[in-house]
Amino acid sequence: MVEYTIKELMCIVAARQLEDNKSAAVGTGLPMASAMLAQQTQAPNLLIAFEAGGVAPQLPTLPISVGDSRTIHKALMATTLIDIMDIIGRGYIDYAFLGGAQIDKYGNLNSTMIGTNHNKPKVRFPGSGGANDFASMAWETMIIMDRHSPRRFVEKLDFLTTPGYLDGPGSREEWGLFPDTGPSRVITDICLLDFHPKTKVMRLIKTHPGITIDDVKKATSFELEIADEVGINDPPTKEELRLLHEVIDPNGLIFPH
Amino acid sequence: MTDGNSFEVVFSGSGENLCKNTPIDAREFARKKSRAMIDKRMPLDEAIKKFVLDGEYLAIGGFGHIRIPMGTIYEIVRQKKKNLTVSGHTAVQDIDVLMAGKCVSGVEIAYVVGFELRGLSGVQRRQFESGEVKMTDYTNGTMSYRLRAGAQGIPFIPVNTMLGTDTMRHSPGKVVKCPFTGKKVLLLPSLNPDILIMHAHRADKYGNCQIDGHIVKDDLQARASKKIIVTCEEIVDTEVIRETPQHTVVPYFMVDAVIEQKWGSHPANMPYQYYFDNPFTEDYLTAGRDEDPEVMDKWLDEWVYCLDNFDQYLKKLGEERLKKLVDLEFLRGGN
Repeated sequence: MVEYTIKELMCIVAARQLEDNKSAAVGTGLPMASAMLAQQTQAPNLLIAFEAGGVAPQLPTLPISVGDSRTIHKALMATTLIDIMDIIGRGYIDYAFLGGAQIDKYGNLNSTMIGTNHNKPKVRFPGSGGANDFASMAWETMIIMDRHSPRRFVEKLDFLTTPGYLDGPGSREEWGLFPDTGPSRVITDICLLDFHPKTKVMRLIKTHPGITIDDVKKATSFELEIADEVGINDPPTKEELRLLHEVIDPNGLIFPH
Repeated sequence: MTDGNSFEVVFSGSGENLCKNTPIDAREFARKKSRAMIDKRMPLDEAIKKFVLDGEYLAIGGFGHIRIPMGTIYEIVRQKKKNLTVSGHTAVQDIDVLMAGKCVSGVEIAYVVGFELRGLSGVQRRQFESGEVKMTDYTNGTMSYRLRAGAQGIPFIPVNTMLGTDTMRHSPGKVVKCPFTGKKVLLLPSLNPDILIMHAHRADKYGNCQIDGHIVKDDLQARASKKIIVTCEEIVDTEVIRETPQHTVVPYFMVDAVIEQKWGSHPANMPYQYYFDNPFTEDYLTAGRDEDPEVMDKWLDEWVYCLDNFDQYLKKLGEERLKKLVDLEFLRGGN
């Protein structure tokens, strides 16, 4: 039996969702590591773009920032932020790959604040960064939530930073966002979810090993859709863990040794 | 329903536009600048005294902790500039040091409070959560779109992002129906900052600036801003610029002051030159996270107020330490 941490499992399960020959615009932290892992495994042709301007770098190790020199290391293009946004806006980016602090049933994200007064937040978080742009304009949005709890999976967000399906089916289109876009996967510390094609409500499709459907329901404040057959995510392989520690994050920035 | 002749506003955000300049003001300002090749080198402290005024709207080049003009930022803090409004995309160490120095009264930003993988900033949390510093939230894309409009000389720009979110509701944006298609788009006000401070790899004495690697948004900021202070790793002969004019990001006639400041982005990352000084930034963050604000004041005393200039700061760091950052940049040992 291979030993692993939940954070490693999340990163690995997320990486497995990315198809080969597609493109991803990635946020800081786990999304970067997952996209790098996908390149090393089933998606060698995954195109990675960074909002600060790095396109298709050969990432030597995990960057600290989505703009640091690692993101242009042997890149095919080092350009501007607005150029990356134009690339997403024109439909060249398949996956927006993000993290968030709070999420609702339609996959809307809060990364701005906790509290009710925007001018005087109880807790201030970083805000959108490029997340809102990514999730507005990329074809699919993949979201890593590092803690699946009732306080994180809420009926109503304190602040809707980044769009999921907004108020439900048709809502994105109604507001003028591009057609046929929206969140497609949520990866948490206990399970993997997608979105019901009709109701656009988050749907449990796989649990992590040792987690029950009931555990997931209890950790969620809103009513989830449940897939007809809920599977179980395969635990990490030795090779996936080796790649994470030796190739992707040898300095232990997010996976300490 | 749109009749093709009207521009109906269907939603108005509640946020405040913190920049009062218009593209017309910026044009008038440009008209008064000389087009002559004038030697614009001057000491950094003099440039800040002359061009950065209390209450102005400041833009900062680079990406929060990559290729940011730290020498200039420390000097602004040293001169105790007040009530600056700062525009940020991903704002990190740049805005943090200015806020630690109590220079900032407002921000328009996409990303604050965070140091990406390094976690959250105590300085920014305190000042934003107390309401001491005003803020209007945007996104990285929309801050650039606003600059593009400012650079183009138009008053607003239609965008296809932020729609339907609280980020939009708390912005000054307006959703309209496109007069051509009837589809909704978000209009955001253009942005023309008073002053841009930026750090380039090289410039000549007239202000022609070249950047290696990703430009991020310095090109747009330069075209949108009224005044520009450039620091650079190296001042080169104009002939060097002429050899590779395709690498010139900002041409001389936009620039007001040029200062050679080697290591001018420390402790940030200068692509192809030096990587982050991680221990330095960790110490800085630890000071800022202390509940006692005096701990940060002491840090500022040690690294800013008690020093006369950035050269003294570099001397205090020592050559050994700086050389290691070059090794890190070129992946020679550790991260």
